[in-house]
Amino acid sequence: MSAMTKNLLSKTLVLATALTLVYFTLFIGDDIANNLQDIWQLISGEADKYQSIVVWQWRASRLFSAIIIGAALAISGAVFQSLVRNPLGSPDITGFNVGAFTGVLIAIALFGNIYWYSVVGAIIGGLCAAILVYLFAYRDGHSGFRLIIVGIAISATLTAFNQWLSLTVSLETAMTAALWSAGSLNGMTWLRIMPATLLIVALMGLALLLNTRMKLLEMGDDTAAALGISVNKTRLIIMLIGVSLTAVATAITGPISFISLAAPQIARRLHPQKHITLVGSALVGALLLMSADFIAQHSMQNATLPVGLVTISLGGLYLVYLIIREGK
Amino acid sequence: MINGQTQNSVTSRYQWLILCILLLALIIVASLCIGAKPISINDIYQVLFSDQTGLTSTIIFEGRLPRTLNGLFVGMALGTSGALIQAITRNPLADPGILGINLGASLAVAIAVVFLGATQFSAFFIYAALGSLVASLLIFAIGSLSAGKVDPLKLTLAGIALGAVFAGLSSALILFNPLAFDQIRFWTVGSLDIRTLSVPLYIAPIVIVGCLLALSITPALNAFGLGDALAATLGSNPIRVQIIGLITITLLCGAATAAAGPIGFVSLMMPHIARWMVGPDQRWIIPFSFILTPCLLLIADIIGRLLVVGELRVSIVTAFIGAPILIYLVRRKGASSL
Repeated sequence: MSAMTKNLLSKTLVLATALTLVYFTLFIGDDIANNLQDIWQLISGEADKYQSIVVWQWRASRLFSAIIIGAALAISGAVFQSLVRNPLGSPDITGFNVGAFTGVLIAIALFGNIYWYSVVGAIIGGLCAAILVYLFAYRDGHSGFRLIIVGIAISATLTAFNQWLSLTVSLETAMTAALWSAGSLNGMTWLRIMPATLLIVALMGLALLLNTRMKLLEMGDDTAAALGISVNKTRLIIMLIGVSLTAVATAITGPISFISLAAPQIARRLHPQKHITLVGSALVGALLLMSADFIAQHSMQNATLPVGLVTISLGGLYLVYLIIREGK
Repeated sequence: MINGQTQNSVTSRYQWLILCILLLALIIVASLCIGAKPISINDIYQVLFSDQTGLTSTIIFEGRLPRTLNGLFVGMALGTSGALIQAITRNPLADPGILGINLGASLAVAIAVVFLGATQFSAFFIYAALGSLVASLLIFAIGSLSAGKVDPLKLTLAGIALGAVFAGLSSALILFNPLAFDQIRFWTVGSLDIRTLSVPLYIAPIVIVGCLLALSITPALNAFGLGDALAATLGSNPIRVQIIGLITITLLCGAATAAAGPIGFVSLMMPHIARWMVGPDQRWIIPFSFILTPCLLLIADIIGRLLVVGELRVSIVTAFIGAPILIYLVRRKGASSL
C-alpha cells in the first residue's frame, strides 16, 4: 500500500514539474502574460500579434522540439541499454552520437547544408560508429568497461577527425558545424522540427512494436532463439532503429549527451517494479531535456547556452552520484 | 642460470636505453630540419652556433626550436605522468586525458581567464596545476569510495563523468566571452606550435623536477604494485608514495596542459610500450616513458607538418595513432579484470 502511495506521489510530482515547466517556458518574461486573463487570450487566440508570435511560433516550437528530441534520445538509450544489457551501452557513453555528427559534417562538406542529406549522413555515420564500437568491444559478450574504453577510443578519433574537418572546410561551413557541435535547440522553428518529428514518431512506433522481442532478447540469446526469435536479425533491426533515433535527433540539434544514459535509469527507479519501459523512458527523457533547455535559456542573462552543455554538466554530476551511491 | 638471464636482460635494457636516446636525438634534429621550408643540418649548425640573421634564423628561433623543445618537455611530462598514474591506480588503462585531469586543468585556466583576468603564461601554469590537483583529488576520492580501495572501473567512470562536467562548464564559460574564447582556443585542440622560447624554458625546470621526483619513488612504486599490505611489509609507506605521486602528477599535468593544451593518448600508450621493452620494473618503465614519449610526440608533430598543407594539429595525429592501441589494450585477455 505504501509503495503504491509512494509511486502515485512520485508520478504526481513528475507531472506537476512538467506542467510548471511548460507554463514557465511559454509564459515567462515581461509583457508576455502578466495574469491569467492574458494567458487565456493567448490560448484562445485573441492576444495581439507580437505576443502570439513569441509564444506560439518561437517558444512553443522550441518546447515541442525539446519534448520530441528528449523522448527520441531516451528511447534510443533504453533500446541500447536493453540490447547490451548494460546501462553503459547508451549511445552517448559509447560515443556514436559523435559518429552521427561526423556523418553530418561530411554531408555538409560534400553536398552543402541540405536537411535530408544531413539526416542520411547522421544515420550512416552513427551506424558505422555503432558497428565499430560494438564489434571492437565484443568478446564473449559486452562488458561495460570494454564498451566505455572502446567508445572513448572511437569517439576520440572521430572528434579529432571532426576538428580536422572543420579546420579545412570554408569558414561558413565551419561555423555551421561549430554551432551544431555543442548541441543546441536555438532557432528551432515548426518548419525545421516537423519533418524530424514524423521520422521520430515512426521510429518510436517501430520500437514499441519490437518491444516484446527486445524483452525476450534480454533473457539471453539461447532462450530467445528457443522462443522462436531469429536473434541476429532482430538484434540488427533493433540496433538500426536505436541508431536512427539518435541520428535523426543529432542531425537537427547536434550531439546532446547524457539524456540517453540517464532517462532510462531514472525511469527504472520511478517504475513500481523497477523495469525500464520505453514509454516511461520517453516521458522522463522529454522532461529532462525540457528542464535542461529551460536552464539553458534562463541561467545566463542576455544569452542562451547550448542545451548540450547543460545536459553534459548535469548528466556528468548524475553519473558521479550513481557511482558514489553504488560504492556505499 | 637465473643470474645469467638477469645479467642478459640488464645488458639488453642498456642497449634499448642507448638506442632510444639516439632515436630521440635523431628525431629532435629531424624536427628542426623538416617543415614547409626544409633546412639542412649544416644551416642549422651555422644558425645555432654563429650569429646569423635572416630567414633561416627566424624560422629556427621563432618556429622550429620552440616547437621542438616544447615537444620534448611536454612529452617528458606526459609520459612520466601517464606511467605514474598507471602505477598508482594499479590500472593499465589510466591516463590524465581519460581520467579527466587535463579537462580540470583546462577549466581552471578558463576560470582564470574569464573571472581573474589572467593573461600571463606563468599564471596559466599555476591555475592549470591547481585545476589538475583539484580534479585528481576529486576523481580519486569518488573512484575509491567503495571499500576504501581504488576500483579501476569506478575510477575510469568517475573520470569520464567529472571530465564531462569540467568540459561543459569551461565551454559555457568561454562561449560568451570572445576575448577569453580567443585565448582559450589554444587549449581546446592541443598543439606544440608556440612561437616563443619562453614557454618551453618556463616549464623545463618544473618538468625536470617532476621527472626526478618520479624517479625517486620508483623502488617504492615497485613495492606498491604488490598491494598495500605487502608494500607495508616491505618497508615502504603506501600513503607517502601516493602523496608524492599525486604532487608529481599535478606538476607534470599542469605544465603539459599549460604549454600544449590537452593531447590525448600519448601518456596512455607510451608506458605500455616501455613495459613491453623492459618488463614490469618501474625503475626502468619511468625513464623509458620519459625518453620515448617525446619521440612519439615529435614524430606526430612532424607527420602533422608533412601530411597537410597548413599543418595538422599534433593532438589530432596522436588520436589516430593512439585509438587503435587503446582498443588493442582493452581487448587483451584479462584487461577487464584488472
